[in-house]
Amino acid sequence: MELIQQLVNGVSLGSIYALIALGYTMVYGIVKLINFAHGDVFMVGSFVGFYAITVMDLSFIPALLLSMVTCAIFGVLIERIAYKPLRNATRIAALITAIGVSLLIENGLIYVRGAQPEAYPNNVLPMDKLDIFGVSISSQSILILSVSIILMIILQFVVHKTKIGKAMRAVSFDSEAAKLMGINVNNTISATFAIGSALAGAAGVIFGIYYIKIEPLMGVLPGLKAFVAAVLGGIGIIPGAMVGGLLLGIIEALVSAAGYSLWRDGVAFIVLIFILIFLPQGLFGKNRREKV
Amino acid sequence: MLKIEDINVYYGNIQALKGVTMDINEGEIVTLIGANGAGKSTLLKTISGLLKPKQGIVLFEGEPIGGKAAQSIVKMGISHVPEGRRVFANMTVAENLELGAYLRKDKNGIKKDIGKVYELFPRLLERIKQQAGTLSGGEQQMLAMGRALMAKPRLLLLDEPSMGLAPLLVKQIFNIIEEISEEGTTILLVEQNANLALSIADRAYVVETGRIVLSGKSEELTASEEIKQAYLGGH
Ligand SMILES: Nc1ncnc2c1ncn2[C@@H]1O[C@H](COP(=O)(O)OP(=O)(O)O)[C@@H](O)[C@H]1O
Ligand SMILES: [Mg+2]
Repeated sequence: MELIQQLVNGVSLGSIYALIALGYTMVYGIVKLINFAHGDVFMVGSFVGFYAITVMDLSFIPALLLSMVTCAIFGVLIERIAYKPLRNATRIAALITAIGVSLLIENGLIYVRGAQPEAYPNNVLPMDKLDIFGVSISSQSILILSVSIILMIILQFVVHKTKIGKAMRAVSFDSEAAKLMGINVNNTISATFAIGSALAGAAGVIFGIYYIKIEPLMGVLPGLKAFVAAVLGGIGIIPGAMVGGLLLGIIEALVSAAGYSLWRDGVAFIVLIFILIFLPQGLFGKNRREKV
Repeated sequence: MLKIEDINVYYGNIQALKGVTMDINEGEIVTLIGANGAGKSTLLKTISGLLKPKQGIVLFEGEPIGGKAAQSIVKMGISHVPEGRRVFANMTVAENLELGAYLRKDKNGIKKDIGKVYELFPRLLERIKQQAGTLSGGEQQMLAMGRALMAKPRLLLLDEPSMGLAPLLVKQIFNIIEEISEEGTTILLVEQNANLALSIADRAYVVETGRIVLSGKSEELTASEEIKQAYLGGH
């Protein structure tokens, strides 16, 4: 039963990784940039949620939405100010810029409010213990998991059924051909940053509720792990990020359950090394892109 | 309808078009012929807004479009079927056609035009749910053309539609180009196969290393010794 509880923890953690990984993968898909500031958008989302709940006295859903909207705007600003001028620059220049943006956000926040941590109140979501087939699971885990799943379903709907989603897929595949359809490539890229950042914001709030403690550097490790999750699933592939995130969360939980909890953080990077050696395209990646 | 005056186009420091001047009248099929690397695709990309002329004027129905964003040019009524088809291989045939109508808002009109495209290319209807990447070369060419027609262009730019296709398919595609023309769409056709292009075109321009070196009615060019030597395989 202990194992099942650990699995539930793993899936909850994994759904947070998955939400962050989606932003990495969508942005990579469309501009071929590993947005290293993405983990910091997650952190900002967590703080927005914290202030929404404690200062503005909002409940969970409004706080979640506020954080998502704020992060969407923040993500678009980052893209317009820092990355857009480098659209035709070398990839290494864009990558270095992303690292710079990441440091700027982290240290900017520390400068504004200090480096001290905050604690999410523990009454945001009901904390009942549900007894399911003899396994006790907190209602909070279930709510968190449900929210993540709902967000991912909405994302799938947006990407596959809406006009902006189709434009995103078209630009990802061939931006010049997309232009010939009349698609505004710049706006489509901004929309991608907005959606990816909103998901990271949601992940930030969920993380705060689940793990309580938040601080300005909290985005670094989850950001890197979500990046591993995106690579595990196949960078640029949306379902890959979802599965990669969940899988990574479960692997970490199992490693903890086996008594190696000190190895938890290291495992993600061992996974990364193994994928890069044995499966560089990721689980969902195709070996060759269908180009004619 | 389209008027190009003395344009220079560059890729970085490399000049690909040197003082090109040409015009297309409403209802015509005009063809550009010339060897590989002459600058034909560059000219089409400049018209459709993928490239900007460094100098010179491009007028579409009297309005300057040189340097406008590609999406505004599509909106004005110019569609470009690029070299190599460039269909969205990861999407279905139906989704590709929908993307062709990206700027349109008239749902009923779009539905009607999708029907028309399937009438023109029945093969596409059979493969409506198939991923575009799994289509044959000929079918991808049909899809690329159908997708461009979905924008309701008044001027259609076609870049080497026969490339890599079996002779029978080429004939079929060219019949359809004539059909599109008869329905009132003006066509600018780039072809390596000069014989074929001249056989359906009203007029032609010959491009060599970024310059127009010859132009005239198709019959005149077909009869010209110079053209026969260089592009029609001797005799
Ligand atoms: N993206 C590019 N970057 C640099 N040079 C290019 C590019 N595309 C084409 N060129 C050059 O421009 C010239 C004209 O090319 P293009 O218009 O494609 O010729 P065509 O379509 O007649 O075969 C060629 O010399 C080609 O090498
Ligand atoms: Mg060409």
